[in-house]
Amino acid sequence: MQSVRASRLFVTALMGIAGILFILPFIWMLSASFKPELEVMTYPIQWIPKSWNMLENYTQVWSGTVPFTLYYLNSIKVTLMATALSLVISAMAAYGFSKVNFKGREAMFILVLATYMIPHQAILVPQFMMFRWLGLFDSHLGLVLLAASGVLGTFLLRQFFMSVHNEIIESARIDGANHWIIFFRIGLPLVKPALATYMILRFIWTWNDYQNPLIFLRSDALFTLQLGIRKFADFNGEFYSLMMAGAVSAILPLLIIFIVGQKQVIEGVASGSVKG
Amino acid sequence: MEQTTRSGLDQGARKGKALRIRKQGFYDMINGYVFILPMLLLTMTLVVIPIILSAVISFTEWNFIAGLEGLNFIGFENYKDLLHDEGFHRALRNNVIMIAVVPVSMLLALVLAALINKATYFKDFFKVIYFMPFISSFVAIALLWRVLFHPNSGPINGFLRGIGIENPPLWLADPQFALIAVMIIMVWTSLGFNMVIYLAGLQGIPKDIYEAADVDGASPVRQFFSITLPMLSPTTFFLLITGVVGSFKVFDLIMVLTGGGPAGSTSVIVYYLYEAAFVNLQSGYASAMGIVLLLLILFVTLIQWVGQKKWVNY
Repeated sequence: MQSVRASRLFVTALMGIAGILFILPFIWMLSASFKPELEVMTYPIQWIPKSWNMLENYTQVWSGTVPFTLYYLNSIKVTLMATALSLVISAMAAYGFSKVNFKGREAMFILVLATYMIPHQAILVPQFMMFRWLGLFDSHLGLVLLAASGVLGTFLLRQFFMSVHNEIIESARIDGANHWIIFFRIGLPLVKPALATYMILRFIWTWNDYQNPLIFLRSDALFTLQLGIRKFADFNGEFYSLMMAGAVSAILPLLIIFIVGQKQVIEGVASGSVKG
Repeated sequence: MEQTTRSGLDQGARKGKALRIRKQGFYDMINGYVFILPMLLLTMTLVVIPIILSAVISFTEWNFIAGLEGLNFIGFENYKDLLHDEGFHRALRNNVIMIAVVPVSMLLALVLAALINKATYFKDFFKVIYFMPFISSFVAIALLWRVLFHPNSGPINGFLRGIGIENPPLWLADPQFALIAVMIIMVWTSLGFNMVIYLAGLQGIPKDIYEAADVDGASPVRQFFSITLPMLSPTTFFLLITGVVGSFKVFDLIMVLTGGGPAGSTSVIVYYLYEAAFVNLQSGYASAMGIVLLLLILFVTLIQWVGQKKWVNY
């Protein structure tokens, strides 16, 4: 028994080292963002900066010529709206596809399922034209609709609704509840963990999305954070300390959300086997 | 007399019940569609109609800035051009090479998952660590690695020189090494996802199989190859397919990291498509590429349907 525990400790230590090596790039990024520019690229690497330039770097990012705060607010706005809309739409559709019996349900579901195969890049050109005609081009609303149109949430939540027993719903109906009451009072509370998982995943994907803002936004005032850091990086060319400070600022909010909700994210990914 | 009354009553009740069921069916029908309507509307307008339009546009020569008057049907010309387009072939070839990322990442993930599952404390801690690149934006990751891979003064080449390699590769600046550099980053970002799925798969294997193998005296290595691997085959298959399909869709990383360069060495289909559509304004040509991409992905998915029955043992 003793030797089993010893070998387990040994493997844990070994894996710990491997894990640290794995996130070394992130540690380097954080460390570089604290340094004065001249010390960023020195070798051997100084993991703990000799002289600190943290305040100056981050001030430069947040109140320099590139309006980072504005991009941040834009990203928060788009992400929150898209996440909320996507949750409502997906939860409703998932309930409809799993708990309401109606003609054509299977056919509709197969249609929706089939759209999952379509790579987004295959429909960029028509989407672009349609957005121009509909007046959705260069607007946050357009981005929100695009992010909410994903069908993954419907699949994930449908799986969870399927595991809710039909007897619960039948008995509620005998008691005179209609589907809307059942959906809000019984269905949603029962799939809360799945809702939390999908909410966090949708948030992460929308926050990190670069392609949609790149193609469907033109005005600088509407830019999201991902476009913002790209622009910031182009603007500051070879100032790696500033670039890293910008990258840290972009990742940090997600990291916090992830660490708070890591159980939901990881379990959700494992159970629903979802992939962005 | 009594008999008939009762059966009449029964009949009436039955009719009432039938009516109620029919009424409920109608009511369910309306409700069902109302529940799925918002999602259906969005999918229809933003995915189904565009893919049909995309198929139509792929048979035209057109620049969408010119408006509908400039639309010119040319049949299969775009598809024929794709057959002779060097740039497209290079992008396709790079995509095929990039598929190698999937098995490499899966193998590493499997080893890590097996070790973490059986032999370590702090499982959650390791999950979080390996999952970090998955939640980070590709823009931030691309900027970070651009600096790490810096040919002269980047820390990676600093390290390589430090251990005695005098002329380390120039990575992203060298057409020979740029794709490999991109693939290293892709392994790094996909490892966590694969590992978490494998961990879930490992936890689904019943413990008593291992106990029985222990009793029979099978070594841990033998157990891994005779029990773990076959039991994980559905997981492996799922990861392989989603991984291959996913590798065709990598856009953000390429766009920020290399812009397809140097000399087109990291150009992939989706990036080449983006250039055709939004830089060169060849809407028809780009749409044809999109349809080819869709067919490629359908083909991979078809293999999944057929292969799942053949190669996966539960």
